[in-house]
Amino acid sequence: MPRNRTEKVAVLGSSVRRAAAGKASSRSSSPLRRRLIIAVLVLAALALITVSFREGTSGPLHDAQGAGAQALHPFEIAADRVAQPFQDAWGWFDGLLGARSEAERLREQVEQLRQQVIQNESALQENVRLRALLGYLDGPTFPRDYAGVAAAVIARPPSAFEQQIVVAAGASKGVRLNAPVVTADGLVGQVTRVTDDAAQVTLLTDETSAASALDLRTGAAGIVRHGAGAGDTLVLDRVAKDEVVNVGDEVVTAGWRSGGLASLYPKGIPIGRVTSVGQTDTDLYKQVQIAPYADFGSLDAVLVLVSRTPPPELP
Amino acid sequence: MIDAVKIAVLVFVAGVLQASVFSGADLLGGTPDVLLVALLGIALQRGAVAGAAAGFLGGLLLDVATLESLGVTSLLLTLVGYWAGRFGEATGRDRRYAPPAAIIAATVFVALGGYTLHYMLGAGILAERALVTALLPGLGLNLIVAVPVLSLCRVLLRPHERSERAREVQLLG
Repeated sequence: MPRNRTEKVAVLGSSVRRAAAGKASSRSSSPLRRRLIIAVLVLAALALITVSFREGTSGPLHDAQGAGAQALHPFEIAADRVAQPFQDAWGWFDGLLGARSEAERLREQVEQLRQQVIQNESALQENVRLRALLGYLDGPTFPRDYAGVAAAVIARPPSAFEQQIVVAAGASKGVRLNAPVVTADGLVGQVTRVTDDAAQVTLLTDETSAASALDLRTGAAGIVRHGAGAGDTLVLDRVAKDEVVNVGDEVVTAGWRSGGLASLYPKGIPIGRVTSVGQTDTDLYKQVQIAPYADFGSLDAVLVLVSRTPPPELP
Repeated sequence: MIDAVKIAVLVFVAGVLQASVFSGADLLGGTPDVLLVALLGIALQRGAVAGAAAGFLGGLLLDVATLESLGVTSLLLTLVGYWAGRFGEATGRDRRYAPPAAIIAATVFVALGGYTLHYMLGAGILAERALVTALLPGLGLNLIVAVPVLSLCRVLLRPHERSERAREVQLLG
């Protein structure tokens, strides 16, 4: 049939169902209108990016975002509660697969820790006695000088580009900017944005995060940050080659103070365990990898630490 | 009007689920992107304009819910929605290969575009993690999630049909 020839139905009464293109798609909308709409939307997105970045951490746009986030909270919590049984079921099956080897490993760990507890107890008593003799003054330490605000995680990183979560506790609960965030396992990150009822937490696995830390056994100091490899592996950077770090050592926050600067994290928060140590002739520092205690992939609830005492005045 | 409400509800539900549930589902090193898949379903069914608008709103919702910089996700999803709409209009949304092809292309575009955009905005991101480690499992998960999500979009946004009864007979020569 020639292309321009009209096709008509030749049988009376036959019913032909055709898709009405008009409402179903934008095929009928003129190319000019379509391009105009996409241009407006792209410009609006670019304007939002510009204003969002120029505003810094506060401004009308951020206020509106905070209000929007607050309005979304009930829906996020509802979605989380609906999904919780499925997540639990998945976690149960996942845990079942490695349960036997995990139990064996934990049994060995209990034996080691039992011996360690006895040693620690005598060291603690000695420490208390010596501090009293010296009249030793210390900075804020974890968990003694901090109160914890327990908060559920209501939004997780939407893509691999972000390493931030949102928790359901904000300024109204005493959460402040830069407050450290932990779980029962160890350090998670710090608060980087606060609204009245929510706070954004930047995880330790973010490229911008770093925490001063030390090897609990040898005292070797360095900076914990995200490693160059994939996953949640961390590295203890800036450890001098003459320092001693061994595989299996525990790494905790150092909580240092120097000049006008002080670490955002208090002393003594567990971060992870050393999994590998290496050094080369060309590098200035040791290459220390750490397996974090906190499971960044399945954070459901966290503890935001709020200082009980104001930080001491720095000279 | 009813279509717009349906699209808005779809985007809202997908955005909330993505922010609160699916982003935390770490499966084989990746996470499914339900919002992206729902957006593709909308764009393939309803065309470029609806796709772009849904992408803009979905991105805005996600940025608000996660307290991220506003506009970044909107820009990416607007472009993806527009492209997917045009792809559906030009290629034929009913072709069997259209949905998987759109999902693969969109997932790769969002990964590359997101990496470029965040790099331009000064965020330190590991290319290996964003483009390799997370992309391949994410792609597979998106294809799996697409089966129910695209079916739902097809059911909700089925094109309106009307029957036309021939009123006359014309002999064709």
